[in-house]
Amino acid sequence: MKLRTRPIYSRTASNIKTSFLKKSVLTITALPLLAAMSATQVMAEIIDVKVTNLTQGMYYTPLLVTAHQDTTDFFSVGDSASSAIQAMAEGGDISGLVTIADGVGAVSSANPAAGVLAPGTSTMISDMATGANDRLTIVAMLLPTNDAFMGLDSWKIPETAGTYTLYLNAYDAGTEANDEIVNGGGAPGVAGIPANPGMNGGTNAAGVTSTEANQMIHIHRGNIGDTDATGGISDVDSRIHRWLNPVAKVTVTVK
Amino acid sequence: MINVRNSLSLKTTKETKSSKPAMVKLLTLFSASIFLMACSDDKHVAKVAYEVEIVNLTNNQPFSPLALRAHSASYSAWTIGESASLGIEHIAESGDNSEFLGTASTKKSASGTGIIAPGDTAVIGLNSKVTDLYLTAVTMLVNTNDAFAGITGLNLSNMQVGDNTVVYLPVYDAGTEANDELAGTMPGPADGGTGFDAARNDVDFVAMHPGVVSMDDSYTESVLDGSHKFDGPAAMLTITRVN
Repeated sequence: MKLRTRPIYSRTASNIKTSFLKKSVLTITALPLLAAMSATQVMAEIIDVKVTNLTQGMYYTPLLVTAHQDTTDFFSVGDSASSAIQAMAEGGDISGLVTIADGVGAVSSANPAAGVLAPGTSTMISDMATGANDRLTIVAMLLPTNDAFMGLDSWKIPETAGTYTLYLNAYDAGTEANDEIVNGGGAPGVAGIPANPGMNGGTNAAGVTSTEANQMIHIHRGNIGDTDATGGISDVDSRIHRWLNPVAKVTVTVK
Repeated sequence: MINVRNSLSLKTTKETKSSKPAMVKLLTLFSASIFLMACSDDKHVAKVAYEVEIVNLTNNQPFSPLALRAHSASYSAWTIGESASLGIEHIAESGDNSEFLGTASTKKSASGTGIIAPGDTAVIGLNSKVTDLYLTAVTMLVNTNDAFAGITGLNLSNMQVGDNTVVYLPVYDAGTEANDELAGTMPGPADGGTGFDAARNDVDFVAMHPGVVSMDDSYTESVLDGSHKFDGPAAMLTITRVN
């Protein structure tokens, strides 16, 4: 079973007007060209993508923002994670996903924030020329977690000019037990959390769990955490490192 | 304003085509500019009125009196990642919206009159003008350190009289007070503690709220229990344009 993410999106009234005008102009000038274009040809678009970390205590590892065709699917809820998604979700390593994207002619921005994207901050990708790619996928791991990631799955980039706002949820890759022990374990299959960039958690936790009930990609249940800085079940702080969905805001401007 | 400008340019065009003596033309133009000046006065900008209904969707988080403000597109009451204003800090920590509304025109702002209990509905009227068709609504979840539900910069300019718009309010964290949930730190009935404290002992930027932990979730020092937990959205807002 394949379920697509269905982000909420809205458009501002002013943009509706703008895009309507632009479209009218386009229609007039494009008419003589239409006959020459093949039916499968996709109109190339220029887009800006802004990603905001809406949380107050969670960091994003380097983001991958990629425009691709609908023949490529980087992840789907209800399916098991690929090894490339697993590497991203467990250790923040997007190199495998970049290789896949490059191999299918996707247009990507890898690591636009030049490192982690801190809580409450934004990163902007300007003037992405999507070419023949009309789907947008965005992923990044959430730290400190075992294998949580924020994701946008193959969102259809609208053809109409305007500004589109999407809110993203946090997913659990389903590939690692959420033990919540910060031990540097970031490689695929290695237990533990690679790092807590905020340095505001605990140490020497016994571990929350050693099993993962749902091994498919699913909505993350959130960190459990505790308030014990030197032990307890978790190395993350229940007052700081929890979140409620949505965790990210994405603003796509189709020019 | 737009109508006034249009009528003036229309009139000017007509006058240049007419064959009236120069003096009459001048007089007409002169009176037209007087007319424009009179109409640029704020009193002549068409009035707009809304009825705002709020439903508290939480289990056990009463809301402070809802603060409403109509404004232009350029205003934002808070921004993710930026420091909360003093007015937002007051609402988020104590539920008192007087500091926040004190900076707004009384003709374009309003406050609810009382606490809105979980499950309860309140209706508040709000007046504005055609130049201010964006809405901000803010209320505190009173059994928290500094959580508020709200929306800012909601564009209502497409609404005609009789139209209504429904929006759901997420829960934000003002970032001005640590979410320690300790006795004496929260103004709501779960604690009865201090509300506003000028000291900012948290991250000092607004973001989405992570939720409360509570004593029922192994945080034994918390005075909150499982009944005070919440998830987004916390409230349903129905805005009806009545004038």
